[in-house]
Amino acid sequence: MMSLDLHGYGWMLWQGLERTIMVGLAAMGLAVAFGLLGAWGKFSRYRAARWFAGLYTTVVRGVPELILILLVYYGVPTLVQDLAAGAGHDLRIDLNPFVAGVITIGLIYGAFATEVFRGAFLAIPRGQIEAARAFGMGHVLVVRRVVLPQMWRFALPGLGNVWMVLIKATALISLIQLDELMRSADIAARATRLPFTFFFAASLLYLGITVVSMLVQGRIEAWADRGSRQG
Amino acid sequence: MTGDENQPVAALRVSDLYKRFGALDVLRGVSLSAHERDVVAIMGASGSGKSTLLRCINLLDIPDAGEIRVGGELICMTFDRRGQRGPADRRQVDRVRTRLGMVFQRFNLWSHLTVLQNIIEAPIHVLGIPRRQAIAHAEHLLHKVGLHDKRDTFPAHLSGGQEQRAAIARALAMEPEVMLLDEPTSALDPELVGEVLKVIDALAEEGRTMLIVTHEIGFARAVSSRTIFLHEGTIAEEGPSWQVLDHPRSDRLKRFLSNSSGGDRARSRLIGGDDKR
Repeated sequence: MMSLDLHGYGWMLWQGLERTIMVGLAAMGLAVAFGLLGAWGKFSRYRAARWFAGLYTTVVRGVPELILILLVYYGVPTLVQDLAAGAGHDLRIDLNPFVAGVITIGLIYGAFATEVFRGAFLAIPRGQIEAARAFGMGHVLVVRRVVLPQMWRFALPGLGNVWMVLIKATALISLIQLDELMRSADIAARATRLPFTFFFAASLLYLGITVVSMLVQGRIEAWADRGSRQG
Repeated sequence: MTGDENQPVAALRVSDLYKRFGALDVLRGVSLSAHERDVVAIMGASGSGKSTLLRCINLLDIPDAGEIRVGGELICMTFDRRGQRGPADRRQVDRVRTRLGMVFQRFNLWSHLTVLQNIIEAPIHVLGIPRRQAIAHAEHLLHKVGLHDKRDTFPAHLSGGQEQRAAIARALAMEPEVMLLDEPTSALDPELVGEVLKVIDALAEEGRTMLIVTHEIGFARAVSSRTIFLHEGTIAEEGPSWQVLDHPRSDRLKRFLSNSSGGDRARSRLIGGDDKR
């Protein structure tokens, strides 16, 4: 990459990279939260919660990400404004593209995280949960002390996968005018008429994120596996 | 509980327990009581309801009918809207469970915690015992079951026998009034059975109240004061262990004993239990 001539746009790409990572981390945090909530819903004894969690994962996984992003960014403010107008209020909402992007990506990958957590929960040996109950642990304590600590271990490979796909999906946010890596590369490419140079540079940066992520994930998994047979 | 005011309250009293799984009646009116220092062996062919009986006592399975009293305290049951029977007060169940130390056939140690952490987990988080005190107690128990050098080992790195001894220490850490042991040696390799039986034997010696579901006839004879023989969900025979096991009345029990005594004799020699009681 050092040998690439970026015609003074290197700094812009770098800023785009920073923003991409920020959007990714924030969206990942949200995805984990939605994922835990979704998995809780899927195993809830309340039918409404199960139904809602099922609807969430079906809709979000079934509709293209691009449509969802445009829907949230353009659709939601319009919807709210129309509703407000209907109630006699004059309201103008401009969704910050960063916030809209984080919410949408978080929502989408929360659905995938839901399935990851669901599988992780099922991977916990039933006997260990039973033992916790037999020792007088209530519902909350069982989840906090036995289920969650073990769920992380089973969820880590899946979550790593979600993160990698999520980071690439942040490129879609360029369509709602957020200057993340993809859009920065696009702007530079147009201005210099060197699309190959800048898209190639951007792809190297995306690849860089992935490589670093894999290294970090390996470390975390090794740490989380310390109690397992291989460890 | 009328009529026996003069008797001490039983540590555990179960009356007329029924449990059905689908079309299968697993328990059909089982009653038993264990007084303090009693060691009751529960025997029977597989499918006779032994494990279900134990699991019903601490409500891991919900009995369809019948009463359970722990130290005189009746576990209150109720029916929900759909007519499902369940505990009236979950917190009472949690409380009662802390007084019943459960040992599982497959150990069920928490795999993300070391042996020591497994032992102090429930005392700290359920009973609210200070950490330092819980650790001191756990160290004492680890010495007792001969696992002190494994205190910082994760369960995955233990042998089955070590896992089960750790599980026994975990149950003891709650200072339960009654220990419930569900086939504690059935999942073990034959050469590891002895070390676990030895630990249980020591618990009987120190006067622990225990209910033990077991296939080890020699062990039951050596350790238990009473034996209950379950057949098809009812108690087919019960009494002092020497009587039930050495002078069985029913053909069913005679057949059961003669079928399972072969491999058992070798094991009872292993723990040197035959000549104890």
